[in-house]
Amino acid sequence: MATPALSIRGLTKVYGNGFHALKGIDLDVQQGDFFALLGPNGAGKSTTLGVVCSLVQKSAGQISIFGIDTDRDFARAKYHLGVVPQEFNFNQFEKVIDIVLAQAGYYGMPRSEALPRAKRLLGDLGLWDKRDGSARMLSGGMKRRLMIARALMHRPKLLILDEPTAGVDIELRRSMWEYLRRINREEGTTIILTTHYLEEAESLCRNVAIINHGEIIRNTSVRALLTELDTETFLFDLAAPLEAVPHIEGFEVQQVDGAQLAVMVHRGQRLNDIFAALGEQGIEVVSMRNRANRLEEMFVTMVEQGNADLARAAAAAEARP
Amino acid sequence: MSPTQIAIALWTLVHKEIKRFTRIWPQTLLPPSITMTMYFIIFGNLIGSRIGDMDGFSYMDFIVPGLIMMAVITNSYSNVASSFFSNKFQRSIEEMMVSPMPNWVILTGFVLGGMARGLGVGLIVTIVSLFFTRISMAHPILTIVVVVLTSALFSIGGFINALLADKFDDISIVPTFILTPLTYLGGVFYSISMLPALWQGVSMLNPILYMVNVFRYGFLGVSDIPVVWALSAIVAFIVVLFGIALWMLEHGKGIRS
Repeated sequence: MATPALSIRGLTKVYGNGFHALKGIDLDVQQGDFFALLGPNGAGKSTTLGVVCSLVQKSAGQISIFGIDTDRDFARAKYHLGVVPQEFNFNQFEKVIDIVLAQAGYYGMPRSEALPRAKRLLGDLGLWDKRDGSARMLSGGMKRRLMIARALMHRPKLLILDEPTAGVDIELRRSMWEYLRRINREEGTTIILTTHYLEEAESLCRNVAIINHGEIIRNTSVRALLTELDTETFLFDLAAPLEAVPHIEGFEVQQVDGAQLAVMVHRGQRLNDIFAALGEQGIEVVSMRNRANRLEEMFVTMVEQGNADLARAAAAAEARP
Repeated sequence: MSPTQIAIALWTLVHKEIKRFTRIWPQTLLPPSITMTMYFIIFGNLIGSRIGDMDGFSYMDFIVPGLIMMAVITNSYSNVASSFFSNKFQRSIEEMMVSPMPNWVILTGFVLGGMARGLGVGLIVTIVSLFFTRISMAHPILTIVVVVLTSALFSIGGFINALLADKFDDISIVPTFILTPLTYLGGVFYSISMLPALWQGVSMLNPILYMVNVFRYGFLGVSDIPVVWALSAIVAFIVVLFGIALWMLEHGKGIRS
């Protein structure tokens, strides 16, 4: 197997106030992968990426980027790394072109090489026309794209994006997805992203790790994770409003509003049985869809399970004499 | 990084810093020019003409080197302090931290940027002074060496201040309450030989006195204190403060959680 793009072993981070943000996590991301790191707020996603990018100091553990141990030669490892942080971190008063050219300069890229690269990236991301304007004049979505262009200036083999589409409208989000897919597919760039939009992770990523309370609770492929999904909730839009909730043998049914039903479907159950039961009762279905994105349902279940386990463990510890 | 890549990274940072303070020239270059012109008019011309000679020179000739040095010190310091803290505040310092640029290049880049502004303002003040007096330099090479070293020293000081600062107030405390009083008491406007023995001794503890005096020696050929001492003190301060600043960067003090 090829050297992983990112390998993390026993990564621990304890902040000055004693908070254990990371509790010895292990993680491998293979070259060429499109990988999602998911978790609720405060789970340790950004801390993990912060340590990988050298913005946060680790307390213990090892990190290798394309086989380069960051404790031995972080400078060389950084050449392979492009970072798009969660918050805007450029000088808002600088020109767009100056921001990307300066970043290339920090990596030692000569201007003769940096200029055409900047032209291409800003062009691809729809920012070339804005190059001579101050960055603060850009819209939120444009600022996010500027950070992507900046991160790609030195041709990194591993691109890390911390919630890249937060606050971005749907159309722009889709175009950013397409761009990220393209560089992953055509240029072989390994991509790791954190996101709160699980639809984003399901749509883009091949593999996923779920982190909660500073521990990786699952690390598998998106496909494998979805096959483990036991229950899905389907919404049925009806032709006419109902006065009472219909009974469907073997299914849990709730009335969302007059003309909409929510039906829990367990693995092995058939949707045809629902349609048949509704048909027998003279109820006409106009359309049907998942209540939530499937990965989201899985994620919520796992995180709730993890929180419940933690609460039980805490209660047990407290009850101990 | 190869030496060529380091040179490119360093130039990128210095160029960016120069571009920053020239872009906002009404805040960075114009005010010191106006302030110093006021000093020349009020202290040099109006009051100075009644004071008479100082150490054998006209009062205007005596204060010119001190005022140039004062401008260099305050501008070198405040340029790095405000620029680096602004990078911290806007988090654009992360652009440099995620890059392979060594810490000494980051430090040197900001220091050179501060020196560019400090020496630039020093040059402007020198040109302004030509409207009031004729400048002659007794020791031109020494003058240049001293002003460059002093500018470097206070640029490093500004860098450390910015590393330690958590809010904008923190970068104005040192210039307002330490740097300015020390500069005024550093023999810019008077010779310490005018002071009683006790205060002469106290003045000798002020590092800025050495810089102003050795700089004045470069212009006029007279100094209150031995030139070799002064030069040695400046170089020693530079080495120590550069070491401290680099250590702080390496350990992420003030920039990494």
